[in-house]
Amino acid sequence: MFLSNEDTRTKRITKVRVFVSSWLRPVLPWMGASIFLGLFFFYPLARILWLGLNPAALKTLDLASFLLASHSLLFTFYQAALSTLLTLGLGLPAAFLFARYDFHGKSLLRALTTIPFMLPTVVVAAGFNALLGPRGWVNLGMMDLFHLQSAPITIVGTLGVILLAHVFYNTTIVIRLVGNALSHLDPSLEQAARTLGADPPRVLNRVTLPLLRPSILAASVLVFIFDFTSFGVILLLGGPGFSTLEVEIYKQAMQIFNLPLAGLLSLIQLLCTLAFSILYSRIVRRTSVTSAPRAAGTNLHTARTFRQKLFLRGMSWLLLALFLLPLISLPLRSLTRLEADRGERGQVHNGLTTDYYTELFVNPRDSIFYVPPFKAICNSLGYAALTVVLSLALGFPVALALAHPRRLERLLDPFLMLPLGASAVTLGLGFIVTFNRPPLALVTSPLLVPLAHTLIALPFVIRSLQPALASIPVRLRQAAASLGASPPRVWFTVDWPIVRRATLSAAVFAFTVSLGEFGASSLVVRPEYPTLPIAIARFLSQPGGMNYGQAMAMATVLMVVCGIGILLIERLRLPGAGEF
Amino acid sequence: MKRFLLIVFLLTAALLSACSPKGPVTLTVMTHDSFAASESVITAFEQANNVKVVFLKSGDAGEALNKAILSKEAPLADVFYGVDNTFLSRALEAGIYEAYASPLLAKIPAEFLLDPQKRALPVDYGDICINYDKAYFAAHNLTLPATLEDLIKPEYKNLLVVENPATSSPGLGFLLATVKHFGPDGYLDYWRSLRLNGVAVVDGWGTAYSTNFSGSSGHGPQPLVVSYSSSPAAEVIFATSRLTDAPTASILGPDTCFRQVEFVGILKGTPHLKLAQKFVDFMLSQQFQEDMPLQMFMYPVNQDANLPQEFIQYAQVAPQPATLDPTVIAASRDKWIADWTAVVLH
Repeated sequence: MFLSNEDTRTKRITKVRVFVSSWLRPVLPWMGASIFLGLFFFYPLARILWLGLNPAALKTLDLASFLLASHSLLFTFYQAALSTLLTLGLGLPAAFLFARYDFHGKSLLRALTTIPFMLPTVVVAAGFNALLGPRGWVNLGMMDLFHLQSAPITIVGTLGVILLAHVFYNTTIVIRLVGNALSHLDPSLEQAARTLGADPPRVLNRVTLPLLRPSILAASVLVFIFDFTSFGVILLLGGPGFSTLEVEIYKQAMQIFNLPLAGLLSLIQLLCTLAFSILYSRIVRRTSVTSAPRAAGTNLHTARTFRQKLFLRGMSWLLLALFLLPLISLPLRSLTRLEADRGERGQVHNGLTTDYYTELFVNPRDSIFYVPPFKAICNSLGYAALTVVLSLALGFPVALALAHPRRLERLLDPFLMLPLGASAVTLGLGFIVTFNRPPLALVTSPLLVPLAHTLIALPFVIRSLQPALASIPVRLRQAAASLGASPPRVWFTVDWPIVRRATLSAAVFAFTVSLGEFGASSLVVRPEYPTLPIAIARFLSQPGGMNYGQAMAMATVLMVVCGIGILLIERLRLPGAGEF
Repeated sequence: MKRFLLIVFLLTAALLSACSPKGPVTLTVMTHDSFAASESVITAFEQANNVKVVFLKSGDAGEALNKAILSKEAPLADVFYGVDNTFLSRALEAGIYEAYASPLLAKIPAEFLLDPQKRALPVDYGDICINYDKAYFAAHNLTLPATLEDLIKPEYKNLLVVENPATSSPGLGFLLATVKHFGPDGYLDYWRSLRLNGVAVVDGWGTAYSTNFSGSSGHGPQPLVVSYSSSPAAEVIFATSRLTDAPTASILGPDTCFRQVEFVGILKGTPHLKLAQKFVDFMLSQQFQEDMPLQMFMYPVNQDANLPQEFIQYAQVAPQPATLDPTVIAASRDKWIADWTAVVLH
């Protein structure tokens, strides 16, 4: 039996076609993100881990190393679990508050809860110390009030302050993710339960919470991963008595230069993150409920009963206290003169001053690394803009594919979260061994900063876009197409209006992640292009009242830039828009 | 929306590329984060040698060195500044430096020339000392501690804050001073007593000085802090109003200070060897050495360099600083830190 040439060719062409449609098409949306993650995440990570964990190096690990690893792993789990529970404890009622009630100053209060997410730890630590430190306002006030000799509250340097700071940082994740799901909930389900005689707690337990489970889980996993990889909070507020995996990785890799142990710890951290992500995507797949999404406005009302008013007042005051008090000390401190001609006299003159701000604009010592504040803001905004563009461009196709998951999507889904759980210290060293020579001599390039920011922003962007893209009913598209709309027109008239809001909130996330990220210790930095967080750290690295004041002034500038950014974007969004 | 994003992208790209260095040859200098210099001084070097100098900041002293070692196959820079005597042996063993017998070494006292093979050349030194809050001791009518032994006396209970030697170079310096003074067998007993006397330990200099120390802007609870002997001068220079006297000073007893020396070296494999040598000469020259104190708050090693007025008035060099041989430090540092951690933190 012979096949003619013609036949073979047709067969081959069909084969190629089958290959293209069955293999290439599902792979296509993943191309950009896979190449990006492969090149800038997995490859450098593999290089540095291999350097530490090759068979020869592994021999240097002894029993003490494994004891240290298990000890830090236990503590990391313990504090992350406690922090996540506390964050949920505050975040869930807060999410109800924002999703269900309409009240004055709502958008301001919500913006306030978001600001911590993008503040560098040095600034947050300064805020907490000004409030709760041994010479903080709370302690000084109580010493004054009750005539005490020493500070009654010691929280800085304890597990308590670590948990508090984690709640402070991550509550916004719960508020946004769960609040968004809550505001889109079909109200007829709860109403039906109530008509059937269920009292409010029963409605909450039997209807509302089960419907919210995917979003609560999503928020918990994100919060947990953030707490699990916590670094700055542990070092600066917890103090040397506490050590998470990431802190131990830093000590081993950067100070002791024990790469095998650092590699082992990084691998443990990475595998844990992967396990959480797999667990998460499984649970979400099993429990996700599809219901007709509603515009957010339908669920909003003002507080009417006494109980509702009590809840509204209590919750708003609690949030205001928790988020405003540590933050407000920074702008206050940036305007107060505490330093004066003290010398031997022990006199401290207090007074208001704008010196710290005016000093930001001059370079009295002709320093080559002086950067005007405006330029630092521009650098930060430039990096943030690049991060937004890059992460949206890479994340959009992936989110589109994930909206209708097939086997490939289910397989790759958990890996998207990995950059959040990878050790920043290890990845930074990975960059140095990978991108230090042409063709990709990126280590010394300022472009490395937005690339690194995109790695962290990408998981958020995808997680924000995916639900919105999945929610678009197919029949709307079919209707438009049958009415004669061309595919691009269908996309612009049907998909885009629905996706636009989600795109905006994805952009907010990428923007905030980039603005607050402080990876200076793990990356090689070009000092000509400092971001705001780096400029703050520079002022804090030398003694003197002026330096401290200028750091606080710069931190205030960062907060104001962040706050304006968030408020602007919230304005852009139409009422009833989704978030995250 | 898309067009808007495109414009943003192009603008940022243009902004970033407009700032990138253009010049005849670029000499790259890798440093730790504390490096600083006057613009005029660097420009003078650039003009004299028709070169553009680019700096890379790479973390604190330990981090910067580890990065230089990890990238030694394809060095990121031509010159590396910032290794101190506590890390010197690690740098020399890793073989990252090219030896260079700068003629300016003749101007530097022998005590700083710690590498006889001239791969690492000293640039500056400083003393890691206990600083005290003058106002606190005056207000409480308390005599100052004069020795390390004094610090474990009951009158100084809860008054001292130190940095964790595992994460901070002043912290490591102070630990090494106690090792030098009490010996490798005795320093842990001393730290046990310090712990009983309520020594506070924090992660790094920033927290210790700005938050815990009562003499700084943070007005913290402890009037004694491990910092530098040049910090009082910095307090005057960076004061919010003109000061006639420094609010702090250093305790300069026997072995209460640890002498830190910082080095520069040419990275092996540089294509700009001649220029790199010129830059090293420049860092040892009078011009740079006189500029450095007010930029980095370290002391010049070049004997010809004159000290700025603020240093003469408010800062002091320790008369009897503790010193340890770099090879001894390298051999035992990790063990000392681990043992210290077990005794003081756990």
